[in-house]
Amino acid sequence: MLADFGFGVLIVTFVVALYSVIAAIIGERKQSAQMVESARRAQLLTFPLLSLAAGVLIYLLVNNHFDVSFVYEVTSRSMPTYLKVTAWWGGQAGSLLFWAWLLSAFTSAVTLRKWERDREFLPWVIVVSSITLAFFLSLNIFFNENPFARFYQTIDGVQAYDFRPVGGIPITPQDGQGLNPLLRHPGMIIHPPMLYLGFVSFVIPFAFAIAALVTGRTDDRWTRITRRWTLWAWLFLSLGLVLGGRWAYDVLGWGGYWGWDPVEIAAFMPWLTGTAFLHSVMIQEHKGMLKQWNMILIILTYSLVIFGTFLTRSGVLSSVHAFAQSAIGPMFFGFIGVTFITSIALLIWRWPELKSETEMKSMISREAFFLLNNLLFLSVLVVCFVGVIYPLASELFTGQKVTVGPPYYERANGPIFGAMMALMGIAPLSAWGKSTALTLGRALWKPTIPALFIPMLAYLAGYRQVVALIGFFLVAFVVSVTLYDTFRSARARQRAQKENFFTALARLAGRNRRRYGGYIIHISMMLMAIGILGIEIFQTETQGTLAQGESLQLAGYTVEYEEVATWPDEGAGVQYTRAVVDVSKDGEYIGQLYPRIDFYFDSQQTMTIPGQRSTLQDDLYILLVDWQPVSSVGATFKIYHNPLVNWLWVGSLVFITGMLFAAWPDKDPSLRPVRVNKRAAEPSAAD
Amino acid sequence: MKRLFWITTLILVLSTLTVATVSAQGSTPTDDEVNAIAKQMYCPVCENTPLDVCPTTACKEWREEIRGMLADGKSEAEIKQHFADYYGARVLAEPPRTGLNWLLYVLPPIAIVAGVFVLFRALRAWSQASTSSPQRATGAGADEDEAAPSSDDEYIARMEEELRKRD
Repeated sequence: MLADFGFGVLIVTFVVALYSVIAAIIGERKQSAQMVESARRAQLLTFPLLSLAAGVLIYLLVNNHFDVSFVYEVTSRSMPTYLKVTAWWGGQAGSLLFWAWLLSAFTSAVTLRKWERDREFLPWVIVVSSITLAFFLSLNIFFNENPFARFYQTIDGVQAYDFRPVGGIPITPQDGQGLNPLLRHPGMIIHPPMLYLGFVSFVIPFAFAIAALVTGRTDDRWTRITRRWTLWAWLFLSLGLVLGGRWAYDVLGWGGYWGWDPVEIAAFMPWLTGTAFLHSVMIQEHKGMLKQWNMILIILTYSLVIFGTFLTRSGVLSSVHAFAQSAIGPMFFGFIGVTFITSIALLIWRWPELKSETEMKSMISREAFFLLNNLLFLSVLVVCFVGVIYPLASELFTGQKVTVGPPYYERANGPIFGAMMALMGIAPLSAWGKSTALTLGRALWKPTIPALFIPMLAYLAGYRQVVALIGFFLVAFVVSVTLYDTFRSARARQRAQKENFFTALARLAGRNRRRYGGYIIHISMMLMAIGILGIEIFQTETQGTLAQGESLQLAGYTVEYEEVATWPDEGAGVQYTRAVVDVSKDGEYIGQLYPRIDFYFDSQQTMTIPGQRSTLQDDLYILLVDWQPVSSVGATFKIYHNPLVNWLWVGSLVFITGMLFAAWPDKDPSLRPVRVNKRAAEPSAAD
Repeated sequence: MKRLFWITTLILVLSTLTVATVSAQGSTPTDDEVNAIAKQMYCPVCENTPLDVCPTTACKEWREEIRGMLADGKSEAEIKQHFADYYGARVLAEPPRTGLNWLLYVLPPIAIVAGVFVLFRALRAWSQASTSSPQRATGAGADEDEAAPSSDDEYIARMEEELRKRD
């Protein structure tokens, strides 16, 4: 009964979303403010409606309503309540509803803003966001992804139906299948919401871009309105990626954080175009250039967001044929095609009006470097896109399945990442407009010299791989340039304003938050790069089967096998197998680690939990691969030594700090319009 | 004399190789030797999980099969080829460079080179346009353009100028 109510609410929301689209279009055509206002209210209504539907679903999940097939698939009686709640996005149908709910939250927030200065955007922003919302709801309602479908016994056997079929008898299973144990990790609980937040919040700048195209307001108003939205979208997407990496490192048991898996790449691709957009939009604001290009980037980002969801949700990755059979695959494909073609058609229509206001003056000006940056991000995108699509194409055209794994991506992307790092060092010191090799050289030589010491030190410390030395140099170079430029600007301010150096630094950064937030992010990327270089180039591993008291050696560590024990936890529905190993480094005892294998009764799946010892220098990562309960052979362990990997996580924290610094709303809202006016009237050269 | 040197070298190299193979045949290959090869392979069941870390029984058996082949003196390439012949190219971490698969290796570089070319052409066209028509260049965006700093001092002077404007 309650499930039927939930489904009913979904249908009502769908109708309301469609109404808001139609009302917005009519209101705009007939210039009826009343009609547009009605569309806006309809759109605002979708959020409470979807919250109600979500509330019903959570109630069903928490209270073991196994007659609902989604509840049966993702929960079981033994799961704790908080996991039953997060199981909402642990399965297909629920996660689509979760997507729709987040989207309605964001679009409601954006329609609540003050619209005085750009009322003409409003109807089109509503149209774009409501169409997207209606699309996701339609998957829930019409394409077998209904989270409220219930089990009925008919002559065809037990199946899930949206409504009670004729002669159907409701069936309630005793217990559910339980959430996939891999999804019970804290990282996996926060990772999907972050990723989805990133995905849905990119819909907002896209909606404004389309509104700007339709209304012909081709100045940079749309980028200014959506600047913070874009930053937040990018923050969430980045956090989603990082959390996913941490999750993989902690629970997948392959000693790494990123495997170039198509699912990861699906989330990585919109991040690439989003990052390119964040950079190139600055040139539009400063110089009135690249307007057409920014439109292309935001259209690509939106399409890749939908495409990423499509890749992970339609089953296309496991097989092209699974895609054809799944109900939502072709629907997704159609939606991506229609929105992409419509957007591009609009762009072509407005193309002449989006011409640059100024010309490029020099090939080594900052504008040119920004363009090169965009080219590099898109190059990585091309590599990733071809890599993800190729196995599907191969299966479709030749019938042969192939794997495109890490060697392909690493070989192709490695040099591009290197070039990006070099650019990250050079670009901040280049000047807008006219710039020559001489001026750039003069600006660069000072910060380059200290950076050269780092690879030298690394060489003396025993790091001999050329790629690593180049990598370490680039890291040092970017950090050095960033600090040097900040120091130089703060000194200039100190002299001009007769301030204390630190006051000058704080005021400088406070007034140019986007620039200095960006710098913090650049440095955080370099910290992450240290971790990536460490694990990619210097990771070592060994595996062996040990009897009690025997040991394995790796990178100066000695791991001695003490014992293994197995015990069930009936309440949690898990059987634990835990090994105890003594770890010593260079002959000195440093403690015990406990690699584990957890077996989940309800889902009949195992999970390998590594024993980890983390320092800034390295990670010792021990997996229990196998064990013999009775024989004296003992247990098999796999040990990874991952140097420097923890800089990746340190960098992530710095990254969040930089993002918050750049994107945090201004403290005093009354100041904002004044600042906006000032900026619009007198574009600054400082950020 | 020189020829004799080369022949001796060749014989020496060959003999070391033979010794190496014989000793490899003699003992059971270690887990690390097996994993070094398994790392580069994927089983058809466990999607996107490299064979060396896959916990399933099927993958365990595959690793034993690799161990057996290593013990028989098979090379890494032979072992990978054996699995590819039996289970299809998908067991390899990368598609073999044959037929349609070339697209995978050729398309991204072509696209990137084309991108570089287009960008270079566009930049050159822009900068030429602005130098050939100085009036246009000093038109719309002139008030925003700062002169390029020729040294640190000039940069700082510009900074100071900007700060005066702001405060």
